[in-house]
Amino acid sequence: MLTESEPHFRQPLLKTPFHERARALSQVDSFVAWSGYSTVDVFTTVEQEYFAIRNSTSVYDLTPMVKYRIVGAGALRFLNRLMTRDMRNLAPGKVAYSVWCDDSGHLIDDGTVFCLAVNEYRLCTAERQLDWLCASAIGFDVEIAEVTEEVAALALQGPTSCALLQALGFDGVERLKPFELRQFAMPPAALPVMVSRTGFTGDLGYELWMQPADAEGVWDALMEAGRTRGIRPIGSRALNIARIEAGFLLPNLDFISAGHTLRIGTERSPLELGLGWLVDFGKGHFTGRRALLEEQRRGPARLLVGLDIEGNKPAHNTLLYADRAGMKQVGSVTSATWSPTTKRNLALAMLDAPHFAMGAAVWAEIYLNRELTWQRRMARARVVERPFYAPARRRATPPADF
Amino acid sequence: MRGGRAAGVRLAGGEEIKARVVVSNLDVRRTFLETVAPKHLPPEFLAQVRRFKIRGSSGKLNIALDGLPHFPAIPHGSPCTRGDMHVTDTIDMLERAYDDWKEGRWSRAPYIDMLIPSQIDPTMAPNGKHYMSVFVQYCPYKLADGEWTPQKRQAFGDTVIDTIARHSPDFKDLILHAEIRTPHEIEAEVGLTEGNIFQGELTFDQLLFNRPIPGYAQYRAPVRGMYMCGASTHPGGGVMGAPGANAASAILRDLRLAQST
Amino acid sequence: MTAAGTPRYDCIVVGGGHNGLVCAAYLARGGRSVLVLEAAGQVGGAAVTREFAPGFQVSACAHLLHLMPGALMRELGLSAQGLKLAAQHLPTTALSGDGAHLSLAPAGLAQRLPADAVAYGEWQALGQRLAAALHPVLTDAPPRLGTGSWRARASLLRLGWRIRRLGRCDMRELLRIGGMNVQDLLDERFESPLLKGALAVDAVLGTNLGPRSPGTVLTLLYRMAAAGGAEALAQPAGGLGALSTALAGAATAAGAQIRTQAPVARILVSADRASGVVLASGEEIAADVVVSSADPKTTFLGLLGSEHLDAGFTRRVAQLRTGGLAAKLHLALERLPQFPDLDRQALRGRLLIAPSPQYIERAFNHAKYGEFSAAPMLEITVPTLADPTLAPPGKHVLSAIVQYAPYSLRSGWQAQRQSFTDLAIDTIGAFAPDLRDCLHSAQLLTPPDIEREFRIAGGHWHHAELALDQFFLVRPVPGAAQYQGPVAGLYLCGAGCHPGGGVMGVAGRNAARQVLREAA
Ligand SMILES: Cc1cc2nc3c(=O)[nH]c(=O)nc-3n(C[C@H](O)[C@H](O)[C@H](O)COP(=O)(O)OP(=O)(O)OC[C@H]3O[C@@H](n4cnc5c(N)ncnc54)[C@H](O)[C@@H]3O)c2cc1C
Ligand SMILES: Cc1cc2nc3c(=O)[nH]c(=O)nc-3n(C[C@H](O)[C@H](O)[C@H](O)COP(=O)(O)OP(=O)(O)OC[C@H]3O[C@@H](n4cnc5c(N)ncnc54)[C@H](O)[C@@H]3O)c2cc1C
Repeated sequence: MLTESEPHFRQPLLKTPFHERARALSQVDSFVAWSGYSTVDVFTTVEQEYFAIRNSTSVYDLTPMVKYRIVGAGALRFLNRLMTRDMRNLAPGKVAYSVWCDDSGHLIDDGTVFCLAVNEYRLCTAERQLDWLCASAIGFDVEIAEVTEEVAALALQGPTSCALLQALGFDGVERLKPFELRQFAMPPAALPVMVSRTGFTGDLGYELWMQPADAEGVWDALMEAGRTRGIRPIGSRALNIARIEAGFLLPNLDFISAGHTLRIGTERSPLELGLGWLVDFGKGHFTGRRALLEEQRRGPARLLVGLDIEGNKPAHNTLLYADRAGMKQVGSVTSATWSPTTKRNLALAMLDAPHFAMGAAVWAEIYLNRELTWQRRMARARVVERPFYAPARRRATPPADF
Repeated sequence: MRGGRAAGVRLAGGEEIKARVVVSNLDVRRTFLETVAPKHLPPEFLAQVRRFKIRGSSGKLNIALDGLPHFPAIPHGSPCTRGDMHVTDTIDMLERAYDDWKEGRWSRAPYIDMLIPSQIDPTMAPNGKHYMSVFVQYCPYKLADGEWTPQKRQAFGDTVIDTIARHSPDFKDLILHAEIRTPHEIEAEVGLTEGNIFQGELTFDQLLFNRPIPGYAQYRAPVRGMYMCGASTHPGGGVMGAPGANAASAILRDLRLAQST
Repeated sequence: MTAAGTPRYDCIVVGGGHNGLVCAAYLARGGRSVLVLEAAGQVGGAAVTREFAPGFQVSACAHLLHLMPGALMRELGLSAQGLKLAAQHLPTTALSGDGAHLSLAPAGLAQRLPADAVAYGEWQALGQRLAAALHPVLTDAPPRLGTGSWRARASLLRLGWRIRRLGRCDMRELLRIGGMNVQDLLDERFESPLLKGALAVDAVLGTNLGPRSPGTVLTLLYRMAAAGGAEALAQPAGGLGALSTALAGAATAAGAQIRTQAPVARILVSADRASGVVLASGEEIAADVVVSSADPKTTFLGLLGSEHLDAGFTRRVAQLRTGGLAAKLHLALERLPQFPDLDRQALRGRLLIAPSPQYIERAFNHAKYGEFSAAPMLEITVPTLADPTLAPPGKHVLSAIVQYAPYSLRSGWQAQRQSFTDLAIDTIGAFAPDLRDCLHSAQLLTPPDIEREFRIAGGHWHHAELALDQFFLVRPVPGAAQYQGPVAGLYLCGAGCHPGGGVMGVAGRNAARQVLREAA
């Protein structure tokens, strides 16, 4: 709202319903802008927060995820023509990860589709997509509305997350399988909370969706119940390490939406991003299908792969070469991290054909900062399987108790 | 002119100044209809100069203000008042404003583009006072109902002031002085023919290789030793400098060539 | 026919408008089995003759024939199919409020406006030279850019060469005026407002443009190029419907089958290829190729459906500007009204009420704001003078195109129909004082009527606005500019394609060639 006391031009970023709670717990006052909201980058230290994801329970404010409500008699047909994936077997209570493309088969965005009821869906995306969704709705009996501000969301991720929810009275949450969702009434006040077994960490975890008015109540209850289960609020930096370990892509790091690229040739197709498993050519027409078929026929010119790099210095902004001398560039790193759990130096990288073959070796040009003295290292890197880290507990149903 | 090529200029005062090259910054109509005798120019070129479209369409108000006007639609303290403020309610409004120009009258609901630069540069006005620069469209050079008169000019200015006052209730009370400029004054004072702000309309037929005249888009006049460098030439008007820079390189190229031969 | 007896065709043509019929005729002559499916009870689309009052017939949309290439008419043997022209080389007369009407015939002009007559002669000569260079562009599929295909490159090179070969002078003039508005062009060349008004009509007739709108020299050049430079207005005996009947005859003679009252409900797709159609009756008919002469919006969004198309393409089609502005007025007249200052020869021809470009521009102003013109522009013919068979003996028909009558009238056509009809009649009546006394009855077709009765989305003369962004390489939209949409086996052949509307038949012929070349 525009008010004289708090004019929008002085506070251009919105606050999520968890903002006051988060600010109270922030030790280093490190906030970043995310989709028009101010969110926490780091609460305490990245390492502490990262280990909450892998060893106990982490809480991450997901509210800025852009959310759309998609309803109408043609909603399923609309989604099936929008998405590269077959949406027809997405039943109520199920969630699917998918991507969508423009006419040229270039990726516009990825996101998760929540089937709330027959022909009623919620789409969560990283970036605003209303324009494209409306273009895609021409000819379909469907209504689309952005509901980002109407839904508050928290990601609860980590090995103790299920036990924590059970302790809070989310009865039966342990039976929720990956990519399932269910409505709960959280005791004692029976706050309506939708829980989906989804996440961006590759670990056991849930996402909680609620009305903004209930947000602080849910937060407080989680914190209280989580005290004995090592609960810790986390910021985006810790999450980024976990998502790389899990092999997930992040827009604007691993790809740029075809809706935003300015230079020709910087768009990426799902086939190039290693998301071919999401593209279902047999399900009927979807936007970009003809272009993707043609691309498939030609074979990919480049591919996003996982790299295991020697040493322990993350390969940020690194160019990749076929040879140690660095004469022939064959790609570049898009995301990199030292992985504390696997104790490997990991990266996601875009490599030209044929260097992306599994097991192929390339050289990474890494710059080391030794007390402001820069050194260049050519490090051996190998194309390896993704995800880099995939604990069995991420899929186990029911999860182990804590 | 001497020996079929430009040899210099004669000032209005009669003084003659010789030069190897004469470059005109004037618009193409002024240049060839007023400073070069027609006998030196190919007739078909002259015909094209005469039909060069240079109709004025904009007016300007320079307003001295006793203080900063208040715009209720803009929150107090917003940086928006420091920037460019437009009155452009709807596309239809702009279109109707243009309909008026087509009929040879100033827009009854004009499009306005205004700045209060003294907010950023206080030296432009006495302490505590402000200067407002108001660009207005549309205002024709020729009125359908006869010549421009001081009364009509004032009426045009009042239309503009009323339009701004619709968005700023205290605006009128703050006005110390308003200088009203129709295309007529712009022509007389700035030397832009018909007050056309771009020294010639930026339409397809007067752009790129057609600017200013098809076949003469390389800054060279049909007279040897004479060049054009104003907004009449490619790429056109606006405070841009590109026509001047392009013309200079064409001239330097020609001079080098002349030297080497 | 397949063994089971279900018919299967090489090609189905959706819509039996004149372009559909031309396309069918060429496909059949190319050895294809062809079925034309027309929703209406008669073929011809917007080129039909209909009874609009008991005993009175009129060319219901298009009323003058002037764009169809002679070569096409000869190739299809239309005169052997019974086509006769009741009148040819009809004169154009610009009506003037003061009775000093102006005939655009050279003799008339020279007498009245000596300076303009010379300028007009020069303009026509230039027009013919430009038209000769550009005409071939209309008669072939536009090249597809960015494919690197040699065909496309050669085609572009040919275009460049044709323009270059005009010579320095004409080439420069073409490149200068091509993007101009027609008012500026006319102001450069002519003095007489009456003459300028009449010439501006040709630039804006059927379009959502006024004389000052950018692109109106393009539409004028288009009209000149389509007519091959020398525009000869003709009136088929029996109205434009007789032309369509002859085209149908030519198609049938070549082996095509035509079914009327067979509205297509959907175009079938299997394995990402057009595979036939379903009629509104539920009947399915299979074919290897489906060619649609319906407008692009109807074809892609209505008959095919966005489900088979990419979203970006669908959006481009949905955004096509298709709102029509031309209404049609038909008057059944008990006797011939008196036009005091007009001789009989002029009355047989084309009469224009557009006394100046400014008059047209003002008429257009209203259309921009969803109103109809307070003083509309009209193109009038009295076809019964050359062809008395259209009305009962001694009686007459007046057929007029009235602009501007926007498709989306803010106050709604329901409420305004009568007042616009009266306005149009009175506008003509100003030149024929006894018009109302002669009036038996009147029919007005507004763009929504045309949409409904002729199945043209928006009721637009050209199916889709003829403007730079919907022209040539990108007509109707990028991705479908070569008569073929994104779904294999589905082609377009109507006015929405290059080169555009008017009773010309070129889109139909170009499309047929494309089908024969690609879907061999
Ligand atoms: C009201 C108005 C507002 C504008 N607003 C903007 C704006 O906000 N931003 C922008 O980028 N552009 C704006 N413009 C356009 C821009 O000012 C002009 O296009 C640009 O200044 C033209 O520059 P020029 O050097 O080509 O010609 P000019 O500036 O016209 O220079 C020609 C010079 O030649 C002189 N001259 C004429 N005849 C003779 C002669 N016989 N002998 C000697 N000297 C002669 C003139 O006095 C003049 O100094 C505006 C123009 C107007 C009129
Ligand atoms: C008021 C007006 C006056 C005009 N005057 C002139 C003039 O004087 N001279 C001139 O040259 N041009 C004139 N035109 C333009 C000209 O009439 C059209 O551009 C031309 O007739 C279009 O021909 P077409 O074959 O491409 O399409 P259409 O004639 O529109 O034919 C399309 C056909 O498809 C059919 N159809 C549509 N949907 C289906 C379906 N689902 N199933 C089966 N069939 C279907 C329609 O019924 C129609 O018969 C005028 C246009 C208008 C609107």
